Amino acid sequence: MTIKFTEEHEWLRVEGDLVVVGITEHASEQLGDVVFVELPEPGTKVAKGDEICVIESVKAASDILAPVDGEIVEVNEALSDNPALVNEDPLGAWFFKMKVEDMEQLDAFMSEEDYKDFIG
Amino acid sequence: MASETGLKRTPLFDLHLELGAKMVPFAGWEMPVQYPMGVLKEHLHTRAAAGLFDVSHMGQVILPAGAVAALEALVPVDVAGLGLNRQRYAMFTDAAGGILDDLMVANRGDHLFLVVNAACAEADSAHLRAHVPGVEVIADRALLALQGPAAETALARLVPGVAAMRFMEVATLVWEGAELWISRSGYTGEDGFEISLPEGRAEGFARALLAMAEVAPIGLGARDSLRLEAGLCLYGHDIDTTTSPVEAGLAWAIQKARRAEGARAGGFPGAERILAELAQGPARRRVGLRPEGRAPMREGTEIFAEESGGAALGRVTSGGFGPSINAPMAMAYLPATLTEGTLVYGEVRGKRHPVRIAPMPFHPHSYKR
Repeated sequence: MTIKFTEEHEWLRVEGDLVVVGITEHASEQLGDVVFVELPEPGTKVAKGDEICVIESVKAASDILAPVDGEIVEVNEALSDNPALVNEDPLGAWFFKMKVEDMEQLDAFMSEEDYKDFIG
Repeated sequence: MASETGLKRTPLFDLHLELGAKMVPFAGWEMPVQYPMGVLKEHLHTRAAAGLFDVSHMGQVILPAGAVAALEALVPVDVAGLGLNRQRYAMFTDAAGGILDDLMVANRGDHLFLVVNAACAEADSAHLRAHVPGVEVIADRALLALQGPAAETALARLVPGVAAMRFMEVATLVWEGAELWISRSGYTGEDGFEISLPEGRAEGFARALLAMAEVAPIGLGARDSLRLEAGLCLYGHDIDTTTSPVEAGLAWAIQKARRAEGARAGGFPGAERILAELAQGPARRRVGLRPEGRAPMREGTEIFAEESGGAALGRVTSGGFGPSINAPMAMAYLPATLTEGTLVYGEVRGKRHPVRIAPMPFHPHSYKR
């Protein structure tokens, strides 16, 4: 299983021809307790850098950006009902799965080791 | 104490670090915004047991007992009628009827004791010195708050005398030789106490409280969500020089003696406007808002009458998520013609979401009256 990390503190896990996206433990700690998650509509076509999710914590609102070009095929409705999952299990609390035309887009992202160096 | 960053530090700074606090700049001070427990759990802990807050950044000021009339010339509040060992909420007004700061005033017999906001402390001192003789700014005392249903039980183990105090009463009590100036009040809507004590004794006192099972340290993050659920104003956000006490829904703090036909009617800055608003009602007022959905409406969110079009009616001055009500909540200034229950719309990220004008507090107060 391949897992990659972005500079925006997202994790990307490859499942077949899909990429599953969540936020890192570091990001969830920085955000604080998450109280609201707004998910995109399945079927939405997105371009890299689009703001596609909103995460509201007790402190502030922040966005999840589309890490690559593709199409949202599934979202994790459990997060709408229980946003605290993002803090409890950041690596398990996926936000959306996207179909990616060109998996090579993922090569540019950091490995787990590189990400650990990145957050210092 | 000042750090290399130019930020001031309270006597509990080292203790905050030891407790794992995340420190942030706040009103010129380096303050704990949260501890490892996190804002949500700190908030809920305060409502369930007792939370200890370091509020040493707030300004503490003493005025001579003879300064009552001079202080009354700065606030629309009945200070002369304040009984011995009683405390009252007040605000400094300006000539236009705006609010320069809000504060607590206690009658401690041979002097008045004032607690003012950290961000305004310097301006308040200058304002007081310009109008009141004998102003003494206290620089060597810490200020702690212990809030929550277990506050009395916890504090009484150290200072038994607090159990007999009522809401808004003040007392001088002694703990291991240190003189404590205690008031039964706070900023969370809970029963609780604020304790002024010599700075050198603050850490020992805080440690004695934190050693108790009921007591956890609480940061500024939860302090904000607690006061917002309690419907209490934050200076610089919900009240400032552009809002009058009447618009802000603080008319309850203006006693009869200072109102038209009262024994000492008017005679404070902005009296003309404030008395007129008391008589006729203000054009806009601070209201509570409960968003229908789950998305918080933060400070600055514009409020509209309709789902599309039209000009903004007002904007949110404080907004966030209320852990005890498990829902978002906000305060805004809206036209006074809009009554409780009215549905309006808040624009969040370009989309208008329904939000209802709601009574405050959002979470009921539990003061020991």
